[in-house]
Amino acid sequence: MSWILDASTTGEKLLVMAFAIVLFAAVMAIILFAVDRPRRVPNWLIALAFCGPAGLMLGFGLIYPGLRTIYQSFFDRTSTGFVGVDNYLTIFTQEGFQIVLRNTFVWLLVVPLASTLIGLVYAVLVDRTRFEALAKGLIFLPMAISMVGAGIIWKFVYEFRPDQQGVHQIGLANQIRVWLGMDPHQFLITAPWNTFFLLIVMIWIQAGFAMTVLSAAIKAIPDDIVEAARIDGATGIRLFRHVTVPAIRPALVVVVTTIAMGTLKIFDIVRTMTGGQFGTSVVANEFYMQSFRQFNAGIGAALAVVLFILVIPIVIYNIRQLRLSEEIR
Amino acid sequence: MTATPDSLSRPRTARRVARTAQRAEQAKTRLSSPWATAISIAVAILWTVPTFGLLLSSFRPEQQIKTTGWWTFFSDPQLTLKNYTEVLFGGSTQLSTFFVNSIVITIPSVVIPITLALLAAYAFAWIDFRGRDFLFVAVFALQIVPIQVTLIPLLQTYVDLSLAGSYWTVWLSHSIFALPLAIFLLHNFMKDIPRSLVEAARVDGAGHVQIFFRVLLPLLVPAIAAFGIFQFLWVWNDLLVALTFAGGTQNVAPLTVRIAELSGTRGTAWHLLSAGAFVAMIVPLLVFLSLQRYFVRGLLAGSVKG
Repeated sequence: MSWILDASTTGEKLLVMAFAIVLFAAVMAIILFAVDRPRRVPNWLIALAFCGPAGLMLGFGLIYPGLRTIYQSFFDRTSTGFVGVDNYLTIFTQEGFQIVLRNTFVWLLVVPLASTLIGLVYAVLVDRTRFEALAKGLIFLPMAISMVGAGIIWKFVYEFRPDQQGVHQIGLANQIRVWLGMDPHQFLITAPWNTFFLLIVMIWIQAGFAMTVLSAAIKAIPDDIVEAARIDGATGIRLFRHVTVPAIRPALVVVVTTIAMGTLKIFDIVRTMTGGQFGTSVVANEFYMQSFRQFNAGIGAALAVVLFILVIPIVIYNIRQLRLSEEIR
Repeated sequence: MTATPDSLSRPRTARRVARTAQRAEQAKTRLSSPWATAISIAVAILWTVPTFGLLLSSFRPEQQIKTTGWWTFFSDPQLTLKNYTEVLFGGSTQLSTFFVNSIVITIPSVVIPITLALLAAYAFAWIDFRGRDFLFVAVFALQIVPIQVTLIPLLQTYVDLSLAGSYWTVWLSHSIFALPLAIFLLHNFMKDIPRSLVEAARVDGAGHVQIFFRVLLPLLVPAIAAFGIFQFLWVWNDLLVALTFAGGTQNVAPLTVRIAELSGTRGTAWHLLSAGAFVAMIVPLLVFLSLQRYFVRGLLAGSVKG
């Protein structure tokens, strides 16, 4: 029966997969069959049968580990000795970690605003044109591919070849520099600007999301509002600033906060493109390095908690804005 | 993370038809500014050229990729499939194995959370029990927990249970992480179904299990498709969960893990990296392009998880 845990051939793997799905279906069928007796089973028991499996998993996989991580963040690297807030002090005072925090804030400031701005402008520009579907599809496509794939795509754009006789650039960015008469540049290695070149990749991915949501919001603006503004003489940029933007404000807030939360946890891009070297590491990457490469469970847990704490104000802002916009309506 | 699902999912066909005529009228004036056209074309190019460059490179001979830029293809066109055969079946990369792993990881990680979330969402929407609202808010709040917070203790538990490094831990983890958003989204869709429909079935003597399967499930197919694509793309494209629970082993690790690793260890082997990246992209791209309608719907209804 070892193949259930260690499937190694394709056949075994597919077999384990089928086995898992059948097992899952069987367990669920037994649970549901047991409570399928109309009027004889109390409501709470049916609710338990419907919610119980999900609740158990959430308790096992989110709530318990979450609390455990908070607890571990006050212990040392092997989770044996209590160290109080030392891990947090280390994160906020040591120079290496300060670069990590600084980078995370740069990401957090630039990516949501830039992606939303690009997405918004693009959505307005292509709205109601003949090529709308195609134009949107092009921007949207990066959303389908993994951040690992996006990282590879852009790493190739930034690829550097030394400036020597007979050596051609193979990365587009450096070739453009050469065409413009400049020297090729080590985009991913030269700090501090390399962080900027990494976060372009995230903007590239998230602009499509921003564009899709904002485009839908723009199309939902009542025509009479636009019409009234037109009659009052508003056109072009003034129409955009004083009518379109205020009308889609709730959607803008959702987009900015959603991207901000994704950006805060950015990991794949940094890991694929620089591995966090050359001063490009961010909190989520440092969390991975400390937890699973340096085996410093204390610092790792503290970094995860920092991530959690950073998310909370964004969520609160999001909920407050949604409440406000509902009151206005 | 929270949009207003009801305002977006209501049928708007009638209004849409009425507006089409008006839009055609406005289209003439819209892109009149040459600046607007120039900006949108520039953005479109900037968003496509990087991908195109790597795609073209993946079909060029290894020697050419290493010495000349992909734009030289237009003056010296040479194409080959050798990179793909090497990256898929060559001894050093073996991506075909990891491709299978990706599929084996993804399918249960989509099916299991959707099933569980559907059941839970039904209970929250249509079964009256004490503490329901409190529990629903709690599930909703769990959406904000970053998965990083859970990884170390979860891995410890798996090691204690001697399950670590198997598919089971990856399936379980992906299912758990998907649940809060899935329950929230599917609950919103379920609430949209008219009460009278459910009441009628109840009067006819159907229990909750029958109502769930006979009445609600058929009506929820678009919602399930919307979330299913989401979860599919999320799992297939995930790196962190797989890296933590599957490790780098050839028996479990998915494509993303292998390619991220290649990028670190063989960062200049562009003939392998370019072809490998597209091997990993082809499935999500096909799913995405063929089911884009549902994807956009899901995106607008509930936004994205992290």
